[in-house]
Amino acid sequence: MSENPTNPSSNGRTQPLLLRGIDEEGLHTLEVYRRRGGYEALTKALDMAPGEVLEQLQASGLRGRGGAGFAIGKKASFMPEGAMDKYMVCNADESEPGAFKDRELMQKNPHQLIEGLIIAAYTVGANRAFIYIRGEYQRQADVLDAALAEAQGAGYLGERILGSGFSLTLVVHRGAGAYICGEETALLDSLEGKRGNPRIKPPFPANQGLYQGPTLINNVETLATVPHVITMGGEKYAELGTESSPGTKVVSISGNVRRPGNYEVELGTPVREIIYGLAGGPPEGREVKFFFPGGSSAPVLTAEDLDRPYDFDSMAEAGSMLGSGSVIVVDDSVPVVDVALKVAKFYEHESCGKCSPCREGTRWTRTILQRVDDGTATPMDLDIMASVQEQILGNCLCVLGDSMAMPIGSMVQKFRAEFEAHIEAARARNPFGDEEPEPPLPVVQGAAA
Amino acid sequence: MTKKRDSLPAEDRVGTNGRASVPRFGHGSRVPGWDEAVDLRKDPADVPDPATVPVPPQLRAEIEAHMAKYPDHRSAVIAGLAAAQRHHGWCSPEAIDQVACVMRLTPGYLVSIATFYDMLENQPVGRHSVYVCTNISCSLCGAEELLAAMEEATADDPDFNVRHFECLGACDIAPMASVDGVYVGPISLDEVPTLLEQVREGAPVLPAKQLTQRAVAEPLAVLPKGPTTYGGRMPEEALGPPAAIEQEPIGPAEGSKQSNEKAV
Ligand SMILES: Cc1cc2nc3c(=O)[nH]c(=O)nc-3n(C[C@H](O)[C@H](O)[C@H](O)COP(=O)(O)O)c2cc1C
Ligand code: FES
Repeated sequence: MSENPTNPSSNGRTQPLLLRGIDEEGLHTLEVYRRRGGYEALTKALDMAPGEVLEQLQASGLRGRGGAGFAIGKKASFMPEGAMDKYMVCNADESEPGAFKDRELMQKNPHQLIEGLIIAAYTVGANRAFIYIRGEYQRQADVLDAALAEAQGAGYLGERILGSGFSLTLVVHRGAGAYICGEETALLDSLEGKRGNPRIKPPFPANQGLYQGPTLINNVETLATVPHVITMGGEKYAELGTESSPGTKVVSISGNVRRPGNYEVELGTPVREIIYGLAGGPPEGREVKFFFPGGSSAPVLTAEDLDRPYDFDSMAEAGSMLGSGSVIVVDDSVPVVDVALKVAKFYEHESCGKCSPCREGTRWTRTILQRVDDGTATPMDLDIMASVQEQILGNCLCVLGDSMAMPIGSMVQKFRAEFEAHIEAARARNPFGDEEPEPPLPVVQGAAA
Repeated sequence: MTKKRDSLPAEDRVGTNGRASVPRFGHGSRVPGWDEAVDLRKDPADVPDPATVPVPPQLRAEIEAHMAKYPDHRSAVIAGLAAAQRHHGWCSPEAIDQVACVMRLTPGYLVSIATFYDMLENQPVGRHSVYVCTNISCSLCGAEELLAAMEEATADDPDFNVRHFECLGACDIAPMASVDGVYVGPISLDEVPTLLEQVREGAPVLPAKQLTQRAVAEPLAVLPKGPTTYGGRMPEEALGPPAAIEQEPIGPAEGSKQSNEKAV
């Protein structure tokens, strides 16, 4: 058990960082946030040189919380130096099924995010910042807008912040409903006023991003952690969690559990502790059948994996990923085909259509799964589906298609017998599927010739 | 010589495998509008002439305020279209023309944007939007039944725009809906009539079940790493301090206790 160096508490548990006192009344206002020590990290950071702040971020080992788990210190170090138009973008699109942590962080403690964003922008020398928030989060965007106005009034944003030479403008940009706009380059296109289609990489955003300028783009939770890294010091932060996955993580847990919600855990906490200890496990009399450890894009794991530590590397070792840190639990009363079909429908709907393997592959996967469900499939269709997935993986500009192929592949692999039984049962129930018995073949004149 | 497939009467269009083939339009193609040739003599619509397109001053001011926030004013397209949609009810040709006129973009460009994003409506819709989430976590908790109940109850009320939506980022209150932008859940089936009545009256919908009333599960959070203490299912008393989360076990039809704690 690791001791939190800054916040040892009476019960031996580490104190939460991001969710500390999250329900305190008025935390969304500048007054309460400041009373709790808010914006002190910013003052501290502005007293340091940008390079020193970067060193702290690198020492913390903080890995991105948006999905890919790329270290923020490393990403920030890719940003070119020099006086040019650089941009800082916060990815608040959060549209992955199962994820709702960013919502909580923005709605209840918007200044924490804004402070982290200012520090990150200072580190890379960006003078314009944007928060791209999904359009459905109207309430959260309003809260952010109000917080932003307050921060501006207090001199944390605008010209010459707190008397330093650093200036920053911040705009809250509302999307209008598109999962693909969470992918960083699609997000940039959308922010530029185009359809949200991913770009070819390289160039990566750090070299050529928004309006062709170098752009640092990070998830809400990543940026909300930055003030804590500065306050504690990078090395102290790195003592939390595991060696390769330092820190704490807000886990969104939902599905068939008794107490769905957001919980902050140290990375490396056993999955069982999260699903059973925190979320209360599945309802009475049911068992965990499988779970998505990192949102709907993560290959599913089964009850056998419950004792694995919840961190980036252990999840990768188990053949899945930590992703956005959203656990969806499915219990043994649910047919796996239903969940697979849901996943396929989602990705079919959200595919932007730019790359054929994803556009067509998601559609065919959904079609085949529908056949499985309505009794017009044969077990061979599962192999056809696998070959469709194979055509998607690695063949597109972004990983949206892969994000469907991987979890569905894992479901078929781990529950193949159930898929086959489902096909048989559906065929027995309904030999013609949903179709009418077909008419006899017409005799076409001259067809034989 | 074989007869051309498309010239066969529809009922004869049967695939070589003997199965009825894919549904087709009257003109024989699966693509709607396939047979409506582009009028090549006509130029695509240009950026509208400000002299001929009247724009309500309020709408113009709103769009211009958004444009001023960005280095490149085109970044304001979503905001502009959303403003026009609030004004006109949907992204009607008239709305598109007005945005195009203010932003100096072609209507075609704006249509390409309006058709990309789920929240921009391309057809007239009821003025109260009810987005029912039917994604994984919500459907595990009864979202399909909820959507069906909502659709049935509003079937002949043109004021409602009830539609299914992908994960709205509130799986903790599943099954949930976004009612005119306000997140509510978990919604049980017998609450549907009340909810719809409240929308009609302009009253707050299910106030106790709005997302803003929900506390985070903080007291339990941040466990030390280490060997797990729980084997299999948890006995109820081991679940920790009861005040941690105010939500009762899930289940579509069950009500839930809500915290009185005021949160944002
Ligand atoms: C299809 C797709 C959707 C994504 N959606 C999100 C999202 O909603 N929020 C997010 O933070 N990252 C999302 N990402 C990951 C981003 O591309 C990017 O890796 C992330 O914002 C980087 O921030 P981080 O380094 O702080 O994690 C998505 C990626 C893909 C491929
Ligand atoms: S699945 Fe319904 S809100 Fe996430």
